[in-house]
Amino acid sequence: MRTDRTTTSAQRLGTRTRTTRLAAAGLAAVLGAGLLGACADDGSSDSASSGDGSGGDKTTVSVGVFGVFGYKQAGLYDEYEKLNPGIRIKENSTERSEDYYPALLNHLTAGSGLSDIQAIEVDNVNELATEQADKFTDLGKANGVSKDDFLKWKWDQAKTEDGKVIGLGTDIGPMGVCYRKDLFEKAGLPTERDEVGKLWAGDWDKYLDVGEKFMAKAPEDTHFMDSAAGLYNGAVSGYRIKNYSRSGELVYKKSRAVQDSWDLAMRAIDGKMTGKLKQYDTAWDQAYANGTFASVVCPPWMLGYIKEKSGSRGADKWDVAPAPKPANWGGSFLGVPEQAKNKDEAIKLATWLTAPEQQAKLFKKQASFPSAAKALDMPEVKNAKHEYFDNAPIGEIFAKAAKGIPTTVLGPKDAVIKQNISEVGILQVEQQGKTPEQGWSAATKKIDDVVED
Amino acid sequence: MAPPDTRVRDRDRASPEGPRGNGPTDGGNAGAGRRGGSPGRVSRLHRWDAKWSPYAFIAPFFLFFAVFGLFPLLYTGWASLHSVSLHNPTQMEWAGWHNYSRLLEDEFFWNALRNTFTIGVLSTVPQLLMALGLAHLLNYRLRGSTFFRVAMLTPYATSVAAATLVFAMLFGRDYGMINWVLELVGIDHVDWENGTWTSQIAVSSIVIWRWTGYNTLIYLAAMQAIPGDLYESAALDGASRWQQFRHVTIPALKPTILFTIIVSTIGATQLFGEPLLFGGSQTGGGSHQFQTLGLYLYEQGWFNFHLGRASAIAWAMFLILILIGLINWLIGRRLQKSH
Repeated sequence: MRTDRTTTSAQRLGTRTRTTRLAAAGLAAVLGAGLLGACADDGSSDSASSGDGSGGDKTTVSVGVFGVFGYKQAGLYDEYEKLNPGIRIKENSTERSEDYYPALLNHLTAGSGLSDIQAIEVDNVNELATEQADKFTDLGKANGVSKDDFLKWKWDQAKTEDGKVIGLGTDIGPMGVCYRKDLFEKAGLPTERDEVGKLWAGDWDKYLDVGEKFMAKAPEDTHFMDSAAGLYNGAVSGYRIKNYSRSGELVYKKSRAVQDSWDLAMRAIDGKMTGKLKQYDTAWDQAYANGTFASVVCPPWMLGYIKEKSGSRGADKWDVAPAPKPANWGGSFLGVPEQAKNKDEAIKLATWLTAPEQQAKLFKKQASFPSAAKALDMPEVKNAKHEYFDNAPIGEIFAKAAKGIPTTVLGPKDAVIKQNISEVGILQVEQQGKTPEQGWSAATKKIDDVVED
Repeated sequence: MAPPDTRVRDRDRASPEGPRGNGPTDGGNAGAGRRGGSPGRVSRLHRWDAKWSPYAFIAPFFLFFAVFGLFPLLYTGWASLHSVSLHNPTQMEWAGWHNYSRLLEDEFFWNALRNTFTIGVLSTVPQLLMALGLAHLLNYRLRGSTFFRVAMLTPYATSVAAATLVFAMLFGRDYGMINWVLELVGIDHVDWENGTWTSQIAVSSIVIWRWTGYNTLIYLAAMQAIPGDLYESAALDGASRWQQFRHVTIPALKPTILFTIIVSTIGATQLFGEPLLFGGSQTGGGSHQFQTLGLYLYEQGWFNFHLGRASAIAWAMFLILILIGLINWLIGRRLQKSH
């Protein structure tokens, strides 16, 4: 059969090459038409927008963000447009940071598709500062930017080795501990936030001592905290050296930060203090609604979430106390790519948006905690109280934490390391009944695989 | 060929001017030209039309396939031979077969392959069997048959995301409905997501729920094409309903069944959205117990930023699909020969 086919095709070879050539020509023609069509489209839309531009004579500055940054909601864009009549601001928002960052990397490499201002998450800022620094403008030297306006550790996070600053700080996430007074009371623990704070001040182990006391008298079906991973994150973020040494070496396997925090997580699991939940899972939300855990390590940006998920049933039950040690979770930066179309205007806008006054406004309207040291002392922030959390003076509590946060040495694979320790290592021990050794080796095996070239 | 061609065309170009030119001879000339050249031209055009226009009609598909299918495929193949990071996708470093050889030793890859296979079997087999049974039932005269047929298709029309989120809640450990029912019956509650088999069953159930109706309708359409007299004569020979189903319906459905098996197998190999959303993470569970190949590819490329490795996984998946296709083809040929 096979030979038959070859002879036929050999006989028809002549026809076939002609066929192919013609088909190719046809395809080329259609392709050409398509391309021309696309060009025509581009042309018309270009002329349309430039027509708009000449009509209003405005420069459009685009801002690329992920999730909700709240600038629009807080009216900051409107305010800036009013102050600068020649400027129009357009926001391009991607919902998930996990989608936003790969796209940003692609755009940076391609040198196109970039917004004039690009938001950068703290988990990614070090990677960009080490590997893509030349693609961002140095905002540290921009007009009107003052290093002293910002918290030092925040400023340093976006700094490259040779002192270039690729992003200006927006919000931060100094952590506290949110706790349920009703459950604390039932377990015979103090409920007043100053006293609660004193129970564990300065030492995460003391937090677990309280947990042991709680579990001894815990109401049925309740646990002291939501998840061991939340505790790990709170503890490990308070150290100067966690995953990388100052010289950029990977030291997570033997650093005190990771070891101590891992041991804390294991102690919590061993004492059955955790609700075996995964943060941001549906079950976590349901546990808020049902009030089945008594405390959670919480940065200010989580307060709104807790309020939403706990709902009216949890009203007047939550409160916030300072965490054992100050530490940061999350926060972002605004950077201006070298390739930005309106670089100068973008720098001006980024500077304005991250200035203390605007950060304070944003905090008031959107509860994004300011990274500008000056903003922390402004009355909007300093005197802020959270009604749902029994009028806790969140401005004071979190500002105090913010000022005590150390400059943590960051590294490019921080996010992967944290994720695998939490979602593989800790999860295996907490939810799948494996031993701490098994969990640790599973996590490190995965991390080794990722960091290997 | 060419010289007469031009002449004809020249004359043709002249001919429209014929009527305007007032000389009768002119018209005569043009007429002569038409008589001589036109029939050939028309038939040639006709031949061209018949020969090439099918290609023009299918060209758009192949064009889009070339741009969005073939090019990415080849590019992925090229990338899989390099060490590429998502940080800088244009900077490729030649790595030869390294990405493939490391796959062979990569326990996470084998784990994902195993999971893909077991979830594939767990989801495809019950799904097709149920679809066959349902189609058989729907093939009877039923009141409101249109309603049932449309109802069969609704799960297929739901988005993966919506379906998976609902199933994730149903299979919840603490507040899931399934555990609630189990407890009512007196069975201890199950931590669905954390067990290997339980999590794979949960993921498979989403696939089964979404695709059973679709396959049912395909079977139903094929069943309705089976001539009624086959059943009649079978009935005359004293065949029961079950015997009719086994000996008339199933043999007639063979090509259709083969088709659904191929389509479901391809779908199962590429399974991605369900396990991703079920666990809410690309790890596919704490021990990667329901991480499929698609999910592992996503983790390597978009979380670990190893595009070269991800490309190698993509090509491995492609080769596996080709292998499955070949096996299906062989079985299909076997089946046809046996009849």
